[in-house]
Amino acid sequence: MTTTLDPVRQTPKPRPAAQRWRSLLLGRDAAVIGLVALVWIAGSVFVDNFGKPNTVYFLLLDALPILLIAMPMTMVIISAEIDLSVASMLGLSSVVVGVLFQGGWPIWAAVAVALAVGLVGGALNGFLVATVGLPSLAVTVATLALFRGIAVGLLGTKAVTGFPDEHKDLVSDRLFGPGTAIPGILLVFVVLAIGFGVLLHFTPFGRATYAAGMSARTSRFSGVNVPAVKFWLFVATGFVSALAGVYWTLRYDSARGDNAAGFELAVVAAVLVGGVSIFGGRGAIPGVIAGALLIGELRAVLRLADVSADAINIATGVLLIVSVIVPRLVTGLHGRWRRARRSGLESTSSSD
Amino acid sequence: MSGVSTLLRRREFGVVVAIGVLIAVTTVISPSFATGTDGFRNLLLTPSLLMILAVAQGIVIITKNIDLSVSAVLGLTAYATGRMFVDLPGLPIPVVILLGVGLGTLLGAVNGTLVSLGRVPSLVITLGTLYAFRGIDIAWAGGDRVNAGELPREFTTMGTQTVLGVPVLFVVAVAVLAVVAYVLGQTRSGRELYAIGSDDAAAVLYGLRVRRRVFFGFLASGTLAGLAGVLFAARYASVSSNAGTGMELEAVAAAVLGGVAIVGGTGTVLGAVLGAVLLTTISRALPTLGIGEFWQQAVLGALIIGAILLDRVIAARQARRLRSSHASIAVAPAKEAVT
Repeated sequence: MTTTLDPVRQTPKPRPAAQRWRSLLLGRDAAVIGLVALVWIAGSVFVDNFGKPNTVYFLLLDALPILLIAMPMTMVIISAEIDLSVASMLGLSSVVVGVLFQGGWPIWAAVAVALAVGLVGGALNGFLVATVGLPSLAVTVATLALFRGIAVGLLGTKAVTGFPDEHKDLVSDRLFGPGTAIPGILLVFVVLAIGFGVLLHFTPFGRATYAAGMSARTSRFSGVNVPAVKFWLFVATGFVSALAGVYWTLRYDSARGDNAAGFELAVVAAVLVGGVSIFGGRGAIPGVIAGALLIGELRAVLRLADVSADAINIATGVLLIVSVIVPRLVTGLHGRWRRARRSGLESTSSSD
Repeated sequence: MSGVSTLLRRREFGVVVAIGVLIAVTTVISPSFATGTDGFRNLLLTPSLLMILAVAQGIVIITKNIDLSVSAVLGLTAYATGRMFVDLPGLPIPVVILLGVGLGTLLGAVNGTLVSLGRVPSLVITLGTLYAFRGIDIAWAGGDRVNAGELPREFTTMGTQTVLGVPVLFVVAVAVLAVVAYVLGQTRSGRELYAIGSDDAAAVLYGLRVRRRVFFGFLASGTLAGLAGVLFAARYASVSSNAGTGMELEAVAAAVLGGVAIVGGTGTVLGAVLGAVLLTTISRALPTLGIGEFWQQAVLGALIIGAILLDRVIAARQARRLRSSHASIAVAPAKEAVT
C-alpha cells in the first residue's frame, strides 16, 4: 500500500478563496469587529454627544493602557500562559518615574530606568515560568504582590505630581490640531500593534508561539524552543506594562503606588473578549484590538448615557461571559446539526 | 516511613513552623503582639475571614479550577446582609444569616452552572462574574454604606465576641475547616475531587460524574464566600460596596502558600487555611519587626515565590528518588541472572 504515502495526498490542499473569505466574515474576529461597529452606531443614534470628536479623543486616551498591554498579553495567552502582574508593573514603573523625577533626574533618564525595570521584572516572570517551569498563574500572582509591594514601599501613600507641561502635552496632544479626535500618542500604539501583529502572524516566532500554546510537547519535538519563546513573551509584557506606566504617569500627572490597581483583569478581559482562547493556541491581534475597543466604547457609551459608572462593571463581566459561551453554543449546535444531517443521509442510503 | 517523619515532611508542618517562629520572634520584640487578651484575640480574629475564603478557594483549586469571584460574592452578601437588617427589621437574626449564606450558594450555583454546563474555563467565567457580582453590588449600594448603628447589637457583637478567650469567628472558621477537610479527605465524593484535579480525562473514563462534582465544588465555594460575607458584616459592622475588594488574589495566594498546587489534584484545605493564617500574621507582624507597613506586600510576593520554588525542588527530589528506587528494582533480577 504505497499509495497512501503519496506525498501529494499527505499535504492538505490550500483552502479555496471563497472558503477563506467565509471564515473571515463569519469568524470570531469579524463578530467582535461587527459588535464594535454596532455599539458605535447605537451610541451615535441614541446617546447625545457620542460620536463627537472629543468623546472619541477621551475614549482612545482612556483605552490606551489596555490596548498597549493587550498586545503582548495576547501572545502570552496564545502560548498558554498568563501574566497577572501587568498592572503592578504599570504601578511600579509609574513610581520609578515619579521617585527619580522628584530626585532631580531628567525625565528621559527616569523613563529609561522605568522601562529597564519593566524588562527586569518581565525577565523574572519569564525565568520562573519558562526556565524553572512553574505555573504562570501562581508566579504572576506572586509578582503581582511583589511589584505592587515595591511600588507602594517606595512611595507609601504619597503621590508625585507636577510633571513638566511639555511632557504632559506629549501624551495629550491631538494629531490633527485642536478639536480633532485622534491623540498623537495613539501612534505609539499603532507602531506596537503592527509590530506585534507582524511578529505573531508572519514570523517563525509567532508560529512557535501558537505551537507552544497548542501543545508544548509536540512543539518541543518539532524543534521549537518553547522556554525561549515564553521567556521573551514575558519580557515583552513587562516592558510594555512599564511603557503603559510612563503613559499613565504623564497622562494623569500622578505617580502613585496604587496606580492601575486591579487593572490586570481588565486587560485579560479585553484579550479574551477579543477571541483569544485561555487554553492557548488560538487568537489574533485584530480581534484583540476590537475587543479592547469594544470595552472602552461600551464604557464611554454607558457613561454618556448616565448609566452609573458602576453598572459598567456588570456590562464588562457579562460581555466576557457571553463572549466565551456563545461561540461554544454555536459550535455545539453546528456539530449537532451536522451529525443529524449525516445520520439522516445514512438512514436514507441504507433504506435504498 | 514512620509517622513522625511523614508529619515532618508534610507541607502543612513547614507552614506551622513558619507561623510559630514568626509569632515567637514578634512576641519577644513586642509582647503585646500575642499576649494579653487583645493581642491573643486579634491573632485569631484577623485571619478568620481569609481562612474561610482559603477553604473555598482550596476546594475549587483541587479540582484544577479557580474561583476569582469569591471576593465579589463576599462583598455582595455582606451588603445584602446589612440591607436585610435595615429594610426588614422584623426578620430574626438567624434567618438573615441563612438568607445571606443562601445568596452566596446561589451565586456559586451561577458559577458552577456556567463552568460545568457551559464547559468554559473557570478562570474566564469567574473573572466575568467577579466583575458582574461586584457591579451589582456597586449599582445597588452606590455611595451608600450600612453603618454599625443600623445593625442589631446581638449581630455585631458576634463579630468580636470571644468564648473562653477564643473569638467566635475563629471557631466558625475552624468548624468550616473541619467539615470540609473531613469531606475532602475521607469521603468518596471528596476523593473524587482530587481525581478530577489530577486528570479529568481519566476521571471521565473511570466513570466519575466530573461535571456534577465540579458544579458542587463551585456551589461550596460560593456558600463559604457567602458565609464569609455575613461574618464580614458582623465583624466590621459597616459595609460599603468595596467590601473584600482584592481578596480573591489573597485567597489564591493563601492556598498556594499552603501547598495547594495551582495545577490541581494536590494539597489540603488545612494547608490553605494555614497559608491564610501565615499571610495575615506576616502583615500584622512586619511593622513590629521594623519593616514598614508599606513593604508588606513586597515581602508577601517574595514569600509566595519562595514557597512555589520550594514545592518544585521537593517534587523534583521525590521524582528522582522514585526513579532510582525503580532502577534498583529493575537491576536486581539482572544481577541474579548473572550469578
